[in-house]
Amino acid sequence: MEKWIERQKHIIDFTLSSLLRRKGKNAALLVVYTLVVFMLASVVFFVQAIKREASVILKDSPDMIVQRMSAGRHELIPASYLDPILSIRGVSAARSRLWGYYYDPVAGANYTLMVPEDPGPPAGTILIGQGVSRVRLAHEGDTLEFRSHDGTLIDLEVKGTISRESELVSSDLILVSEEDFRRIFGTPVGFATDFAVRVKNPRELSTVAVKAAGLLPDTRQILKDEIFRTYDAVFSWRGGMMLVILCGALLAFIILAWDKASGLSSEERREIGILKAIGWETSDVLLMKFWEGMAISFSSLLAGVILAYAHVFFTSAVLFEAALKGWSVLYPEFRVTPFIDFSQLVILFFLAVVPYTVATIIPSWRAATVDPDSVMR
Amino acid sequence: MIELADIRKVFNAGRPNEFVAVDGVSLVIDAERTTVLRGPSGSGKTTLLSLIGCMARPTSGRIRLYDREITSLPERFLTGIRQNTFGFIFQQCNLIKGITALENVMLPAYPSGEKHALLKNRAMDLLDTFKVSRKAQSKVEWLSGGEAQRVAIARALINNPSIVIADEPTANLDTKLSREFMEIMGRLKSERKTILFASHDPIIYESDLADRVIVLRDGRVERSIP
Repeated sequence: MEKWIERQKHIIDFTLSSLLRRKGKNAALLVVYTLVVFMLASVVFFVQAIKREASVILKDSPDMIVQRMSAGRHELIPASYLDPILSIRGVSAARSRLWGYYYDPVAGANYTLMVPEDPGPPAGTILIGQGVSRVRLAHEGDTLEFRSHDGTLIDLEVKGTISRESELVSSDLILVSEEDFRRIFGTPVGFATDFAVRVKNPRELSTVAVKAAGLLPDTRQILKDEIFRTYDAVFSWRGGMMLVILCGALLAFIILAWDKASGLSSEERREIGILKAIGWETSDVLLMKFWEGMAISFSSLLAGVILAYAHVFFTSAVLFEAALKGWSVLYPEFRVTPFIDFSQLVILFFLAVVPYTVATIIPSWRAATVDPDSVMR
Repeated sequence: MIELADIRKVFNAGRPNEFVAVDGVSLVIDAERTTVLRGPSGSGKTTLLSLIGCMARPTSGRIRLYDREITSLPERFLTGIRQNTFGFIFQQCNLIKGITALENVMLPAYPSGEKHALLKNRAMDLLDTFKVSRKAQSKVEWLSGGEAQRVAIARALINNPSIVIADEPTANLDTKLSREFMEIMGRLKSERKTILFASHDPIIYESDLADRVIVLRDGRVERSIP
């Protein structure tokens, strides 16, 4: 065992000095490799962290949302629909919600206006998300003007901003009183946007949904899992889109790395010949090439992952935010909680280290199996 | 003792550029003696050396090394023999550029897993023997021709081989350095090593060191002196 370790040490030693002999070439490769790993890891970390962030925030969302449908489109739901839902066994609570989208021509942005469950802001006042605050330069005490459904202008005073922790889904949010909401959108009293329903036992949720659909045939039921899935799909899609863009760069790098790793120079071939002639076995040469591939790819992986970690969790993925976060005008500005899934690192390892190491070994294996007498000539 | 029986080596067999480098050579090379393979370029000296040194396999024929038939051994065993039995000195020195003289000397022993400190001491002793220890930490490309040659000799001896094979070792040396080289070989001979040269340099084949000179021409043995 001791001999085995000593042998590895000798060969690693030689490998490192071999790499240093071609400093410029290997340093350039290391930089490009690190950059590719950095981009790849940034996307993976960011998408995963943002999905996790969203799921943490959405965990308090209702078990089921009931919406009225008309001609396949979402319609206002009469408050009288609440009673049949509350009569279903297993339903612990149901309440009507008022929310809608408001286009602000000044900022060119869409806001989400919502009447909160808890006692919200008093009539004439609003609470705004960080994105709204930024885009309208609005702070506590300022007044924002809204054009209502009938064209009248309504001034609402900003009472405060919504906490930063939930900015991912609240960046574009404005909390208003019920009275102001109905004034702006013209929603008649006795109607709501939808219902938020809670059930006692989550396993009964699908049964409750089927019963609600039976009692109120013109409604649709959206389950909590479906909301999660939608968010998941949206962020995965954004991540996927980034990856597609990165694919071009990745492909170019793969060609470069393959060329560098697989094409042995005549100098390298000569060296392999010398090593074999002085008594190195084919396996020793392959071990050396293995460590060479590992040294380059593993260092790049490590550097790329550390840089990506800093990029995503300390600078909130400043390079990718436009593509990854969405909200075309109101970018959420928040720091995602540092979180890395071990399986992501394993995937990155297999994407970055294994192909390069294999690409390094194969041509050397071909060269190392040739008779070493070529160096005699 | 090395025995060659009807050795043939054909390159590019069956192709239009087929070339017979060694053609039916049978020889017995005595242990602890110095043998010189002499002949013009293309006479098959280098090919014969590489066949004896287990660096290539003959197309036909048998080679026995210390009564052991080695031509049919798998590659792994041949490497083992190359590592432990032979020390090679090449015409071009074939040192690995970019690393130090000391590292070059230690290289053949790396796969053995010998402790680094012990190995380094042995390598330094060898460099000291050949008076190049002060160049131990110099990169080999900074060495003069004579120094590089002596580092190459130290490398050939690091695994304490019983047979030293030198292919045209004086081809790139001037007369003074060639004589110095022969002095070193004389010391090795006195240490009872078997020495095998391939050369057409009179400094080698006319020296007192040469116990036997085998003259090759067109891949065949023309004559043996004595």
